[in-house]
Amino acid sequence: MKMTKAKRNKLIYNIVTFALVIGAFLILQSMIANKTITRSLKGQLVPICCWIVMAVSLNLVIGISGELSLGHAGFMSVGAYTGAVVSGLLINVYDIQDATLRLVVAIVAGGLLSGIVGALIGIPVLRLRGDYLAIVTLAFGEIIRNLVNVLYIGTGDGRLYASFLNKKLPEGVTMLVDGAKGAVKIKPISTFTAGFILVLITLVVVLNLVNSRAGRAIKACRDNRIAAESMGVNVTKYKMMAFVTAAVLAGMAGALYGLNSSTVVPTQFTFNQSINVLVFVVLGGLGNVLGSVISATLLTILPEMLRAFADYRMLVYAVVLILVMIFTNNPTILSFMKRLIAPFKRKDVTGGDAQ
Amino acid sequence: MSQQKHHSTTKMVPVPTNSIVPERDINEIPVLETRHLGIEFGGLKAVDDFNLTIGRTEIAGLIGPNGAGKTTIFNLITKVYEPTSGAVLVNGRDLHGLDIAQASKLGIARTFQNIRLFDNMTVEENVRIGLHNNIKYDMFSGILRLPRYWIQENRQHEKALELLHIFGMENLADERAGSLPYGVQRRLEIVRALATNPKLLLLDEPAAGMNPRETEELMENIARIRDQFQIAILLIEHDMNLVMGVCEGICVLNFGRVIAKGTASEIQANPVVIEAYLGKKKEGQA
Amino acid sequence: MIFLDNLMNGLSLGSIYAIIALGYTMVYGIAKMLNFAHGDIIMVGAYIAFCGLQYWGLPPIVAILAAMVVCTILGITIEGLAYRPLRQAASLAVLITAIGMSYLLQNIALMIWGANPKSFPRTFINSSILHIGGLNIASATIYTILANVVIMIALTLFTAKTKMGKAMRCVSEDRGAAELMGINVNRTISVTFAIGSALAAIAGVLLCSSYPILQPTTGSMPGIKAFTAAVFGGIGSIPGAMLGGVLLGVIEIFGKAYISTELGDAIVFAVLIVVLLVKPSGLLGKPVREKV
Repeated sequence: MKMTKAKRNKLIYNIVTFALVIGAFLILQSMIANKTITRSLKGQLVPICCWIVMAVSLNLVIGISGELSLGHAGFMSVGAYTGAVVSGLLINVYDIQDATLRLVVAIVAGGLLSGIVGALIGIPVLRLRGDYLAIVTLAFGEIIRNLVNVLYIGTGDGRLYASFLNKKLPEGVTMLVDGAKGAVKIKPISTFTAGFILVLITLVVVLNLVNSRAGRAIKACRDNRIAAESMGVNVTKYKMMAFVTAAVLAGMAGALYGLNSSTVVPTQFTFNQSINVLVFVVLGGLGNVLGSVISATLLTILPEMLRAFADYRMLVYAVVLILVMIFTNNPTILSFMKRLIAPFKRKDVTGGDAQ
Repeated sequence: MSQQKHHSTTKMVPVPTNSIVPERDINEIPVLETRHLGIEFGGLKAVDDFNLTIGRTEIAGLIGPNGAGKTTIFNLITKVYEPTSGAVLVNGRDLHGLDIAQASKLGIARTFQNIRLFDNMTVEENVRIGLHNNIKYDMFSGILRLPRYWIQENRQHEKALELLHIFGMENLADERAGSLPYGVQRRLEIVRALATNPKLLLLDEPAAGMNPRETEELMENIARIRDQFQIAILLIEHDMNLVMGVCEGICVLNFGRVIAKGTASEIQANPVVIEAYLGKKKEGQA
Repeated sequence: MIFLDNLMNGLSLGSIYAIIALGYTMVYGIAKMLNFAHGDIIMVGAYIAFCGLQYWGLPPIVAILAAMVVCTILGITIEGLAYRPLRQAASLAVLITAIGMSYLLQNIALMIWGANPKSFPRTFINSSILHIGGLNIASATIYTILANVVIMIALTLFTAKTKMGKAMRCVSEDRGAAELMGINVNRTISVTFAIGSALAAIAGVLLCSSYPILQPTTGSMPGIKAFTAAVFGGIGSIPGAMLGGVLLGVIEIFGKAYISTELGDAIVFAVLIVVLLVKPSGLLGKPVREKV
């Protein structure tokens, strides 16, 4: 098969993405081995991996599938809670001491449950369009947060106890999820290597999906829904595919994130958190996976490094969202930019736009 | 008529829905049959009692003044709209209750009056979307890059180039569809529609915005596509040279109702048609 | 009696939602965009009124007027600077911009007024409790419901009778055609934002009169719920916003009273989801058809 220009560009893009991620991992690992890494950065490594996965998966929904989802943090919380419960269950009830095994099972369970929730939400939500879809995903994110707020799960006597709305667990139960206090007494077992592997899996899934028959169908539904349907593409199916895949990945990131600390509280997964991830996606470029990786990394490290930035973080984010949108969408600014870079481009192959 | 007529020799024969089809198609189930098709928008009958039969290899034209309901009929046939009365049959199968994608799978493909390409995708990718249901592999083969992925991707690539060759557009395969000139975009829409392997191709003003030379080329291509793929083509067009030159059966619509059906020469001589287009004057036709 | 108390509370909360929802519904109807920052304009209005009352010693009416003026100017400015450049852009881009604007307002408020909640001062609005029959009705409830009815009637007359009101209806029907008819679309949209923002200021004062805790995030949740109300009633419809707002307020209060306090928000959002699935055009809205 002859390698076309577009194919070659895609291949280079994918190679650069993977090389960057793997390179960064190797450098950081050697820094850890040499003990040259700062303590604060070391503590950030797992969260960075989580936010990369969150950003890339949200980009699949917003950038590739073209639907604004404002409830991505909700899926992360489903994963975080599931991970905490599964890990607690494995150690308290089944006495499994192997941390790696517990982590893997927890992450898989987190992804699975989040995917199921994603599918349940997706069925009604994806029938809607545009702004309505955005506001309903927001609503679902808030509903999920409301529900886990009144969820009580514990283990005792070799079994699992759970109650909803009221804490009706028997005495002497070890609490895993304690209502508004969140998931408690978690034994942190997340590792940077696990985070790195999760990032790799995410990149493989998203990049390979995008460059396949299903990915093209997803993009077609984004570019022109009616035309895609007229070509026999089942729009709901492909919107669903992107949405659920993103939910699974967010759930896995959530499990990793939850098992990185000793508690997880519902207020960690508010609408603000969804907006945080949205900023990563917008700043990295809609549809640009490598961009999401870079912006998620930088914007997670930056507040740690710059105290001043941490104080004004949300203010800066707000301005960034507005400016990026205006600069990438205003026709006057776009044509101005085009004229600005025109002399540097060798040749416009397609000729002028005749419209 | 200054143009050479491609189908002046076609013998048309009548069929039950008060339509005519080419004699060569008479023994087969018609590719399209509409029965008393109608739709109302808030009490207004945009299309009313529309009956039309199209033979399996016929090139048919749907003409009429602006606002006559031509595109609405396309939208009814392709299930963008659900009719409020009547039925659409494709290859003898009633489309009632189907959605747009299901209708496409039964063999209907279309182009759009206001071009609807996937602007941010390449020309080849646009055609590959057309091939979506013809050359398949599942999501997991794609993500895991199983052998099936490579085989089918290769087949899609070759088929896409083969289809683009119809309009000599192979060299544009890597261009972004949205950046193409208008006329090329129209041709790409036809290629994309053909990629779905249709039995019936609906063209909504394919010559709009084309110069006379391009229109002449398009006319030859429409005839060639029909001959090569052995499909039926129904087109909406305001360019009378194209319609009269290439269409075997022509249906004239005004205010949502059929006012005349017949061959090019019959339509041109029909006083009702002339009146609909030009008012009461008799000159200026052809 | 508890039932009637809850009903009055529901009507009062619902009236606040209705006034906010009017802003959403008018902007959505005319500019075809979800102004996510609308809820935060409420918050700004409440802060201005708060400053007027607490620091500048203004009489309540003047403080409310000041809040309305500031919000009107703010609304027009936001529209002109952030939304107008995106008039032709995809709705995704506009919505993200509006979310950015919402965050910008919240964070500016955070810088000016700090994160600590302020206690909204007492005014004539919430100074007394009326005893009617066996019912105890806060005066704020009466004023809120009254304000809602007055605003509703005024807006209906405005859109039906005045030239600008007719222009608004034209633009919402078909922007291109309105432009060709010589209607200044940009000005019409600006006026819509101005009216919506002035109403938001009133809503802010009423909200804080009933629930006197004021902080930078005060407006966001009522804002989102009011959008829910606008969708519930049928987006673009003024009576719909009123109906949706009042119903949603009653549902929320009853849900909290009889089902679960913690799940109050979840119940409201569940209503939104059910409405969108069963009747996406809302109670009084008109269905729209995509042009092909």
